[in-house]
Amino acid sequence: MPADPIITVEHLTAGYEGNVLMQDLNFSVHRGEVFIILGGSGSGKSTLLKHMIGLYQPMGGSIRIEGDDIVTAEGAARRAILNKIGVMYQSGALFGSMTLLENVRLPLEEYTALDGAAMDLIARMKLQLVGLDAFCGHMPAEISGGMQKRAAIARAMALDPMILFLDEPSAGLDPITSAELDQLILRLAKSLRITFVVVTHELASIYTIADRVIMLDKRTKGIIAEGDPKVLRDTSDNPWVRRFFRREVAAEPA
Amino acid sequence: MSTATAPRPAEAPAAALAVADAGDRRELRFSGRLDAYSIAAVWHDALAALAAAPERAIVIDASRVDYCDGAGIAMLIDLLRQPRAANAPTSISGLRPEFEALLDQFDPAAMQVPVEAHVTRINVIAEIGRAAAITGRDIKAQIAFIGETATALWYAAKHPARIRWKDVWYTCEQVGVNALPIVALISFLLGIILAFQAAVPMRQFGAELFVADLVGLSILRELGPLMTAILLAGRSGAAFAAEIGTMKVNEELNALTTMGLDPVRFLVVTRIIAALLMMPLLTLFSDLIGILGGALTMLTFNIPIASFLHEVDSLVDVKDLLAGMAKAPVFAVLIAGVGCLRGLQTQTGASAVGISATRAVVSSIVLLVVVDGIYAFVYYLLDI
Repeated sequence: MPADPIITVEHLTAGYEGNVLMQDLNFSVHRGEVFIILGGSGSGKSTLLKHMIGLYQPMGGSIRIEGDDIVTAEGAARRAILNKIGVMYQSGALFGSMTLLENVRLPLEEYTALDGAAMDLIARMKLQLVGLDAFCGHMPAEISGGMQKRAAIARAMALDPMILFLDEPSAGLDPITSAELDQLILRLAKSLRITFVVVTHELASIYTIADRVIMLDKRTKGIIAEGDPKVLRDTSDNPWVRRFFRREVAAEPA
Repeated sequence: MSTATAPRPAEAPAAALAVADAGDRRELRFSGRLDAYSIAAVWHDALAALAAAPERAIVIDASRVDYCDGAGIAMLIDLLRQPRAANAPTSISGLRPEFEALLDQFDPAAMQVPVEAHVTRINVIAEIGRAAAITGRDIKAQIAFIGETATALWYAAKHPARIRWKDVWYTCEQVGVNALPIVALISFLLGIILAFQAAVPMRQFGAELFVADLVGLSILRELGPLMTAILLAGRSGAAFAAEIGTMKVNEELNALTTMGLDPVRFLVVTRIIAALLMMPLLTLFSDLIGILGGALTMLTFNIPIASFLHEVDSLVDVKDLLAGMAKAPVFAVLIAGVGCLRGLQTQTGASAVGISATRAVVSSIVLLVVVDGIYAFVYYLLDI
């Protein structure tokens, strides 16, 4: 597959309140791949993700989505970038006062001129994609955590984004539900050609879904490994990286 | 992945539809990019064209479709699922295989059924500096918020159809209707206490009747609006801060932001409009109940309700009522605005929402008293 970068991160320095978490990060995400951001706790995985979706302002550098810098974009240009992405938050972040269908309908109501029946149909189809069409009328509090995450994916897909960002999709889920979620991600990546950027540290799921991973390290404040996870496990020069992938108890890198 | 399988939607022209009849078939020729932003009109026309030819077989020609996303697929499914006569079926031709694969994912039949804090010692100077910095930042945040809110309200005034009226009416019920019992109770007691406290010393001079003027003036000009505002701050200001604070803790605000939707327009505008609508009504209600409380108390001092009301009528002017009512909208914006701001400023953690609710009530009551003082001064200068 020829590399066709959809997201390009250049010289990104990020952190908060004068506390630098990442320094001079450079990487790109290719169109159509499942890209995974790895790292130990506190290495800034979720922070990196929130920079990539424009929620946090970096201290320096650029993040380009299809060539447009989300850091500097404002107004209509920023909305155009945001309409290309969908985000699933760790907790699902479904709006608690709306049913699942209304949650998925919301972006359609706000951004399209479709009539009510058409929006309902599209929202139902998104929920059917994630296997929740029987729960359209349920409130988020009435369904399980795994279902909430799937519904959150459906909502993130409402406007057919090119890129879906998932923040710890398997956190708080049992292994079976988590495996089902992996299958869903693979299915969506293949059938809808959505590019996925996933923050996780669930090894099983990494081997199942990842095309490429990057591994963040809080000591060096940079990327210590990049590539196919199975190759990294077997051939990485960095012993700590090899142990991470084999899940061995080991000292942190020197 | 080649660009042919994932074309950029912006490169293709918008959706278009041409209808052509050939013999006993009708062709619906779609072209351009079938995506959620551009198909609304085409969708409608296609359904109409389908319904207008019940006797003809329908062929949906998708060979000129450059791009088709989930919404486009939804339209095709919607067209396919329309009930047709057996000799006039609907079929699709020319859809590119990659879009065909998308269509195959759906079953048209299924769509039929409806942190622990570090304890560090800080010296006094550092503490003072920190407090000053925090206050400075808070003032900056408030000024920014006033600007954002004004922009959002201006946008709402220009596009009233874009206001989420359902949320406004819901908030009106919460802020207005549900507040009636507590406003009635407090206003009634206020009227009774005011009348009773005044009547006892005034009876020594045989001047009980003038209690009516005292109660009427003080309730209409000051106490009615102020007590209502304080109750609203305690009930609804706190509720706004807590609701929005919880949404922030649950990342619902982030979710709005990444959808490119402005939380101020979405959450604050509806609440300010609701408070603006309800506050004057509540104030009027409070005025009436307060005076009623005063009148009932004076019955025990042998002053009939008719005499009480006559006395109120003779000295208290419509001007006094309006002087009180003029405060209501300002108080409403202040309470709703502060409540929402404190909600938006919520930090993370379990206690954060409680802190925001407290700050909302404290800030709004302080501001209410300050604004009421300004009103008193202006009224004095204008001799109202």
